[in-house]
Amino acid sequence: MPTIYIDGQALEVAQGENILEACLNAGMDLPYFCWHPAMGSIGSCRQCALVQYQNEEDTRGRIVMGCMTPVTEGARFSLNAENATEFRSAVVESLMLNHPHDCPVCGEGGECHLQDMTVMVGHRDRRYTGKKNTHRNQYLGPLIHHEMNRCITCYRCERYYRDYAGGKDLGAQASHDHVYFGRHEDGVLQSEFSGNLVEVCPTGVFTDKPFLKHYSRKWDLQSAPSICSGCAVGCNIAPGERYGKLKRVHNRYNHEVNGYFLCDRGRFGSGYINSDARLDYAGIKKTDGRFMAVHQQQAIDTAASWIKNKKVAGIGSPRASLEANYLLRELVGRDNFVAGFSDSEAEIMGTIVRSLKNTTASNPSIKQMEAADAILILGEDVTNTAPRVALGLRQSVRNKALELGEQMGLPPWQDAAIRNLAQDQRSPMMIISAMDTRLDDVASRCVSLAADDIASFGYAVAEVLAGGKSGDVAVNEAAEILLGAKKPLIVSGSSMLHSGIVNGAVAVAEALESQGKQAMLSLCVAESNSLGLALLVDSPLKTKPLTLSKLAKKSGKLDTLIVLENDLERRASNTDIELLVRGGPKIVSMDILENSTLNNSDLVLPAASYAESQGTLVSSEGRAQRYFPVYQPAAERLPSWQWMLQLADACEHKTLSELEHFDQVVAACAASQPLFATLVDVAPMRDYRSQGQKIPRQTHRYSGRTAMNAGVSVHEPQQPEDTESPLSFSMEGLNRDEAASLIPFVWSPGWNSNQSLQKFQAEVDGPLKGGTAGVRIIQSTGAGALQSSEPAEQKLKPHQWHLVPVHQVHGSEEMSANTDEIAELAGRAFIAIGEKVAEKLGVTEGDGLVVTQGKTDISLRVKILSRVAKNCVGFSAGYSETLGLTAGSLVSLVKDQQWVRPTSQMIATDKRTGTQGGSAHV
Amino acid sequence: MNDAQMIQTDVGSALSPEELSEIDAELAHVPYKSGAAIDALKIVQAKRGWISDQSLQAIAKYLDMSAEELEGIATFYNLIYRRPVGKKVILFCDSVSCWICGCDGIKQKITDVLGVDYGETTEDDAYTLIPVPCLGACDRAPVMMVGDDLHTHLDEAKIDALFPDKNKKAGGSS
Repeated sequence: MPTIYIDGQALEVAQGENILEACLNAGMDLPYFCWHPAMGSIGSCRQCALVQYQNEEDTRGRIVMGCMTPVTEGARFSLNAENATEFRSAVVESLMLNHPHDCPVCGEGGECHLQDMTVMVGHRDRRYTGKKNTHRNQYLGPLIHHEMNRCITCYRCERYYRDYAGGKDLGAQASHDHVYFGRHEDGVLQSEFSGNLVEVCPTGVFTDKPFLKHYSRKWDLQSAPSICSGCAVGCNIAPGERYGKLKRVHNRYNHEVNGYFLCDRGRFGSGYINSDARLDYAGIKKTDGRFMAVHQQQAIDTAASWIKNKKVAGIGSPRASLEANYLLRELVGRDNFVAGFSDSEAEIMGTIVRSLKNTTASNPSIKQMEAADAILILGEDVTNTAPRVALGLRQSVRNKALELGEQMGLPPWQDAAIRNLAQDQRSPMMIISAMDTRLDDVASRCVSLAADDIASFGYAVAEVLAGGKSGDVAVNEAAEILLGAKKPLIVSGSSMLHSGIVNGAVAVAEALESQGKQAMLSLCVAESNSLGLALLVDSPLKTKPLTLSKLAKKSGKLDTLIVLENDLERRASNTDIELLVRGGPKIVSMDILENSTLNNSDLVLPAASYAESQGTLVSSEGRAQRYFPVYQPAAERLPSWQWMLQLADACEHKTLSELEHFDQVVAACAASQPLFATLVDVAPMRDYRSQGQKIPRQTHRYSGRTAMNAGVSVHEPQQPEDTESPLSFSMEGLNRDEAASLIPFVWSPGWNSNQSLQKFQAEVDGPLKGGTAGVRIIQSTGAGALQSSEPAEQKLKPHQWHLVPVHQVHGSEEMSANTDEIAELAGRAFIAIGEKVAEKLGVTEGDGLVVTQGKTDISLRVKILSRVAKNCVGFSAGYSETLGLTAGSLVSLVKDQQWVRPTSQMIATDKRTGTQGGSAHV
Repeated sequence: MNDAQMIQTDVGSALSPEELSEIDAELAHVPYKSGAAIDALKIVQAKRGWISDQSLQAIAKYLDMSAEELEGIATFYNLIYRRPVGKKVILFCDSVSCWICGCDGIKQKITDVLGVDYGETTEDDAYTLIPVPCLGACDRAPVMMVGDDLHTHLDEAKIDALFPDKNKKAGGSS
């Protein structure tokens, strides 16, 4: 560990750091713009200047850039030397020449890194009286607002969007005084990760467009630590609320999971929480089929009369918390509880749980995946099924570049030099999928195969790894790159609903393990708590858990069915739904948004969304994480776990009626099986105090608390009290760094922007001072999970195709698809075919095809992909129009002669203003 | 110049066989297709006078680049024209040597004669006037280029001689 001297103070610093990192680690405030902990240094903004001295005698020194200067033993620097402070102040003054005076109307104001740095360097008075440069702003789609005049040309946006996230359609244009960051012409940003521009931009060039429509300052937002419910990755988020509306979602740092970045579904997909389709009150269906609103107690009493001493079954949900699912299972009894997966998903989740519980390979975090130096992806379009993982995989293919850099003596933060050195040399990544994936552009080889063949491919690679032979070049290549790697990674998952593919992936990983390699095996699953629910219902006995179709068959014997946050239309066949709905049982269901299952119920209960409740979710990594309510549910909504407890209480349930608090539910759930024992450690309990106080959800500058509802009533309401968590609906208390799972927002004196995060980190880009949130609950037995597989071959008739689900980051996920902006990006459902099939059928992109599956006919828009496996066609999975289609089934296709191409339409979340078209050139 | 004229000036979006073969020749010398980007822009500009959005998109497609990537290159260099220019471009040096030698007055003379300021094109599409920081001929300052020809030791008489037709018109009004 070298020792350096900063203003005479000796500092022990880590070898390989740069001076900027060393200063920040030492708690010093050295201003910066272009450097980013995840993206390294390019030395472009000149802001982190300090003086370096040759030796003790040298009193003049010279200006160096902190981010570009490596630490060396005995090096001497000054932060406070007059020429350094003057230099830094002059840099801000020069940036201010063109920066507009629009902070009061800027969406970044109050959390602007440029504001913070300007105050930090002491620049105050503007001397420049000339005209400022102005630019035309571009329309960048419904998510990102563009305000180019505010740009300080730090190049962070381009480096993030292109270099880090692999986006192609945003770039730096022109030179010197005219530099412009934007697209070639107006249009929707194509990256699934565009939203991070909002947090990456140090000022207000790229801001959160939906947030601007109902804007509040950061200091006026009430926030809570939460977990994204958009997919199973379990990114940590910090949603903010004001006036009873969820305003925006910001990233919440988790060193091992999402780091600094989210995907656009996670950041922008929560708009449904403010939707008018939310239920406010419980309702009982009257004889005319309409619902009558009733009070909570009345609803509970009615439900209890249907449950107590009756034959009751319950359907859980992979998007509801572990606690709510656990309570429902206890309420109805284990034998009467269905997980709520579709039958095919239940099967593959069983396979995945067995694999993770027994595999000899390790299940990596995203951080660990980023270290992989060879990757094999089997049957998963990771960018669309586990987006944040895909962003991690984009970093892992850079390990080759980092290795080349290391050989040249370049530290990993020397970003531009390393990229220049490596050009397009990447670590190998092979993608075996049915169709195009959004990682194809960085793959060393893509192979298009049908589902069964992907499974066979996995087994063939495993065989070659074990010393066997294969005539397939791609199989041999896969074995070769994996064997040649230090940290090989196999990625697969449930998206094709094909257990054989998962087994194939397990086979590869375990063959590597038996060759003495430490293999990582990551299995993507569909929903935020898919894995938690699958673990809950996974029985050590050989008995198969109850499925939806089996439940439907015995629905005639049921008195009552309780449905937890589950729209059966998405999971069960129409015949099964018919059996369940018309079969006789009274249906009690609770959910967040109106859906067909609620409409088919006899009693509906309004459930709180993730932003208004707390619970535990288990991510695909096996990490159990807790989300906390950002604000109290409005009207008579209740978190599902509370509905369950009230039902249990009204039914005088033996064990459950003794539970009162969330913590007790967690403890009971933890005691229910050995795997869940550590659930009590996921986050501190409700009696946790920091410095004797609860942790405040509101900033200490939170304004108008007593006045903001004065338009409704001048009586000052009492602040709601949170009896269930260690957080308070208050601005009193300390939001510091005690527990990583309890940080509602980041702020530090002088650091109002999200850059204040470094004050919460133990070291720059390291874990938080309070550790890393979440507990990994799956400990593999290491016994091996290898399963033999004999894929049943389906015989194709002429003009028949295998149906492959194509997942979309925007549109395939149930809840986020109800957000206007996401719905606009999702577009209409489609059928994806290859160019040759299109030619054969006489259709082009945008035409219609009639898809016939059994007795179902659906007309869908044609989307043409560049690579499609033989005899396969894809359909947009999870769209309401395609719910009738089943993955893996056989379909025939005919051109739809009646199809009318929709005239280019905008769904009105955004009206394009200003000049049409035109490029941004100068 | 209005949009209709802009479209007229551009001879079409697809690259001509001649342009393609010249670009292919450049591609033979570079390890990555994008390495030929600047040359491709120069080739197409030599044929069409300037680089329209359509030309840019066609080149980008041919070089497997995104339009944004190529736009970054095209707009970085001020001798790649992303707007229509006249038949000849006047590159007028306003850097230090020429400035010492009185280029400001010469520039004013050109503006008077041609009726255009920096960045403007004469009404008859003959000339576009653009400033450059240096032409590498400081020993003969003040200098400028008209089309491919370098003109040195400029004075007002030389300007009059260079643009005789224009001078007549301008003379009448000033």
